[in-house]
Amino acid sequence: MDLRGWLDTTVCKASLALIAVAAIAGCNNMGAEKKANGSGAGSATGSAGATVKPETGPIVIGHFASMTGAQATFGISTDRAIRLAVKERNAKGGVKGRQVEVVTIDDAGKQTEAATAVTRLINDSNAVAILGEVASSLSLAGGPIAQKAGVPMVSPSSTNPDVTDVGDYIFRVCFLDDFQGWVVAKFAFDNLKAKKVAILYDQSQAYSSGLADFFEKAFKQMGGTIATRQAYTGGNLEISSQLQQIKNANPDAIFLPGYYSDAGTIIRKAREAGIKAVFLGGDGWDSEELPKIAGDAINGNYFANHYAPEEPRPEVKDFVEKYRKEYSSTADGLAALGYDAALVLFDAMERAPSLKGADLRDALAATKNFTGVTGTFSIDKNRNAQKSAVIVEYKDGKQIMAARIEK
Amino acid sequence: MSDLLQTTINTLAVGGLYALIALGYTLVYGILRFINFAHSDIVAWGGWLALTVASSAPVFAMPAVLLITMAICALMGVSIEFLAYRPLRKAPRLNVLITAIGVSLFLQNVGLLDKFFGNRPKGISALLANDVLVTVAGVELRLFDAMTIVLAIVLVVVLERLVYGTKMGRAMRAVSFDERTASLMGINVNVVVSLTFAIGSALAAAGGLLFAFRNDLRQTADASWVLLGLKAFVAAVVGGIGNVRGAAAGALLIAFVEVFVHRYISALFSGTQWVAQLQDVYVFAILILVLMFRPSGLLGKATVEKV
Repeated sequence: MDLRGWLDTTVCKASLALIAVAAIAGCNNMGAEKKANGSGAGSATGSAGATVKPETGPIVIGHFASMTGAQATFGISTDRAIRLAVKERNAKGGVKGRQVEVVTIDDAGKQTEAATAVTRLINDSNAVAILGEVASSLSLAGGPIAQKAGVPMVSPSSTNPDVTDVGDYIFRVCFLDDFQGWVVAKFAFDNLKAKKVAILYDQSQAYSSGLADFFEKAFKQMGGTIATRQAYTGGNLEISSQLQQIKNANPDAIFLPGYYSDAGTIIRKAREAGIKAVFLGGDGWDSEELPKIAGDAINGNYFANHYAPEEPRPEVKDFVEKYRKEYSSTADGLAALGYDAALVLFDAMERAPSLKGADLRDALAATKNFTGVTGTFSIDKNRNAQKSAVIVEYKDGKQIMAARIEK
Repeated sequence: MSDLLQTTINTLAVGGLYALIALGYTLVYGILRFINFAHSDIVAWGGWLALTVASSAPVFAMPAVLLITMAICALMGVSIEFLAYRPLRKAPRLNVLITAIGVSLFLQNVGLLDKFFGNRPKGISALLANDVLVTVAGVELRLFDAMTIVLAIVLVVVLERLVYGTKMGRAMRAVSFDERTASLMGINVNVVVSLTFAIGSALAAAGGLLFAFRNDLRQTADASWVLLGLKAFVAAVVGGIGNVRGAAAGALLIAFVEVFVHRYISALFSGTQWVAQLQDVYVFAILILVLMFRPSGLLGKATVEKV
């Protein structure tokens, strides 16, 4: 066996795969992309703040999202909600008397693609602001490019604390993972009366390991103990040895902060392995695919989320109805956040003296007591949203609101 | 005791799954001396085809689902060899390897299309329940584990008989030994190669079906398929690539370190967080150890390099 030859070919295969995927993703976007057609739209080049944005014609907002890939439902939900928000706004006369247009570029859930997508949105499409991404690792890849170009970026749902630390042009409308970890810990300790919790996290995702750390810290501070902490690698679900150790530790609850694509299978396997403890998760569980994958095993488990579709507030009712009418499906938390991100951006655009990057940035930073679908929130000095979280329970395969937890 | 028994069952099931996939790598390498990088994509297609066929079939028809999936994948394997690899039979080996990468990417991305399998994950739970078959000493033997172990044993034994007990098997071994001399003795090399791909791909389909039942499915372009293929490939190398019994032994060894060793080592160091994160490391550590001390694999024959 010639190991060197084998290594060479493996490396070769990996790099070829990247190139080919990039090419394919690029082709996909050709159709989806629409160029701004106002006067002066040709002046796409130029660096940083010097880029000349068209003064008339539609205002272009860029959206980069995982429209394909393992977490495709994240990008699709967000994009649908943003387009719904834009459609409504345009029907009411748009922003500053101009129509709004969204350009969406697919990043296929890949970091290299995310950076390219933001570059194209700024240089080719002349976007005045960027919306995106859902996954924190992708926002971290796209953020520095928006920051460097002086174009404000609003992430609808990246919860990792590092995302807005990239610079003063990067905002978000969701809560952070340290808060989310605390929320789940509080719910487990106070509402479920759990004293001993096991953790099973995806060691290949920063989101998952970060959330596991925040949960562990908060839960220990409250007086709980961690029975065992086990790791898996996303996609590799032969995890019988991890499940056996969790079973032997006999926890009151299990914290599983992974994405829905793994969580459903893991919960099914855990129930088959005879683990009866309740599972707790984060907002990465929020997908209509989760109950389909897990089957009956999903019922009776809880996760922290940004909103619950049947919460009795007028904004929620109104949004859920409109979304169902447009797309005939129930809006998930990512859709709600995408909608709120777009509304916060419109609000800031309307208040800003001009649509220049610096003016728009200051207007976004001044957002106070904004009432959206996911609650009432203000943007703090670190450009994060200060807000509360909901705990959602699965019952008969449906999401039911179990609690709202304030800071 | 029941814990030990459960861990053993888990090890055998994972080993069986790896063995079915490893056999495809080892057969093709044995005959053509090249690593078929598109093999893990055949596994992915096998899994998706199985769930697609199964979703329109009643539960009692599962054996038929298995046979249909194996037949379709065998046909795919033969066509891939005929269209992509056969024209390059006399070309430098690197060309074939790069072609295999192309085939791999082609299968991954075609599978992503909505007309085929789409990009969303798909679960087994709506189709078939993983029921308990028997309970022995407090340990439950469930359907999917039993299926994996039984199917792997049956298919490995059948393949072993085929390679070492039939005329066709003798032809395969002859081509593997010396392709030119074999063809001079009247063996139709093209037929042997086609048959090898058909068998390897049919086994991959069985592996894919079992994987789909056990772990649900992610899109064909997901990185987890590459990791699965890589582990099966490591199993083939550890056992001695080109050797049928070796692939099965290697798969058992890989499963042993991944499930059994990981289970008890991380329990032993339960206070140390990072030990529990080493699951994949054990697998590749075994590869390094075997390559250091037995470069031709556990059951492989040492070859003398002629200068």
